[in-house]
Amino acid sequence: MLRKLTITVIYIFLLAFNANAGSDGELVLKKDQPEKIKDCFEKLNRATFSFNQGLDKVLIKPIAKGYRNLPTPIQKGTSNVVKNLSNLITIPNNILQGDVKTAAINTGRLVVNTTVGLLGTIDVANKMGFPKYEKEDYGQTLGKWGVGPGCYVVLPILGPSTVRDTAGSFANILGGDPWYNASIHGNNEFLSEGVYITSKALSGIDFRSDNLESFENLEKNSIDFYASLRSLYLQDRENKIKNNQRGSLEVIYKDEEDWEEIDSK
Amino acid sequence: MKKILIIILFFNLFNNYVFSTEPDVFVQTTVNRASEALSKNISKEEKINALKIIAKETVDIRGIGFYSLGSARKNLNDKEKKIYFKLFENYFLKSFSSRLSEYTNPKIEVKSKKIINKNYTIVNSILISTPDRPEVKIDWRIYTKNPNEPLIRDLIIEGLSLARTQKEEFASILNSNNSDINVLFKTLEDFSKN
Repeated sequence: MLRKLTITVIYIFLLAFNANAGSDGELVLKKDQPEKIKDCFEKLNRATFSFNQGLDKVLIKPIAKGYRNLPTPIQKGTSNVVKNLSNLITIPNNILQGDVKTAAINTGRLVVNTTVGLLGTIDVANKMGFPKYEKEDYGQTLGKWGVGPGCYVVLPILGPSTVRDTAGSFANILGGDPWYNASIHGNNEFLSEGVYITSKALSGIDFRSDNLESFENLEKNSIDFYASLRSLYLQDRENKIKNNQRGSLEVIYKDEEDWEEIDSK
Repeated sequence: MKKILIIILFFNLFNNYVFSTEPDVFVQTTVNRASEALSKNISKEEKINALKIIAKETVDIRGIGFYSLGSARKNLNDKEKKIYFKLFENYFLKSFSSRLSEYTNPKIEVKSKKIINKNYTIVNSILISTPDRPEVKIDWRIYTKNPNEPLIRDLIIEGLSLARTQKEEFASILNSNNSDINVLFKTLEDFSKN
């Protein structure tokens, strides 16, 4: 029990920059009201955000910079492996969202990359012309089913999330992630908690490394970095739930009328 | 007399033809100008100044300023509006040019456009990938109320709107300070000074 609890806690921490948890006062997952997102615990969130920034400065960013200095094939291979593993969460979510065709494509991608692609280090499927890979998770599926985001939350290390996305992340450790199940509960000599945790840590470092300049630039040019990140995170999640890579104007601006009444002359 | 009328008519047609700028052409011309400035062998400071000039000519800074204020714009008196726009322009130009000056010779290709209504067209483009970064989708919200003088009102990068982000940033500052506009003024002023 304690072991499971420990792994759960570590898992949550190592979801790094993607997931998160939280609770809130009026905390309800309202249906069909995505615009009702609230920063219920802004003071606490801001304090956690400051803590995260400090931790990022002394630990995560230096590691990400070091990772960036590794030979390109190693970085690319690592990135491909963690991306390939994410198929294990994407595929069930494709199915839950009713997208059986994409689930089949992603299953093909997973098989090809895991075998011919040497355990995912080479993205052979991409070279073969498979459609562009789009990650899906349980938070997105809940959104697709009409569950609103609930309150915005910032957790230590993990960064931005919403209650819905956090709930979705918990589905991974409740049987929704085959990689987790095989590593933690699988009875084999190759996989273990250590392998699982390392894969999640690498996923976080890979993400941070990819975004070193953009975060730095955003921080330098924001008058309220916390609010900027919150806005970008929520916009990104809305787009992902709608599966809209370019964003739709209705989602982006919420109120198009707001633009219409502006006359700068 | 007939000849004069024909000449006047010709000039009218000519003017409309020459000065009515298609939003996609306008965006491509603007990014080409910016790209040229960024690829020049000049100091970063000079690049920033060149970008500021381009921004002043092609971006509706005043319109974006209004939008960023959200509903708070309705409560400003004329004096406050004047102060705000001066501060906002300085803030915007510094922020905008600083963000762009990090890029060296970015290559942007305009792909398509979608007319929303007579006031707005969305122009779709891509920032071409390099060995260091993947392709980036950039959409431009172009204000076309005056077809002869289109202006940029927003950049939507991979579905993320800079105008909305800025609006929510300003709203956050106002909400945290009892909607005191002077706090926002001070924040903008401090940003521009630093």
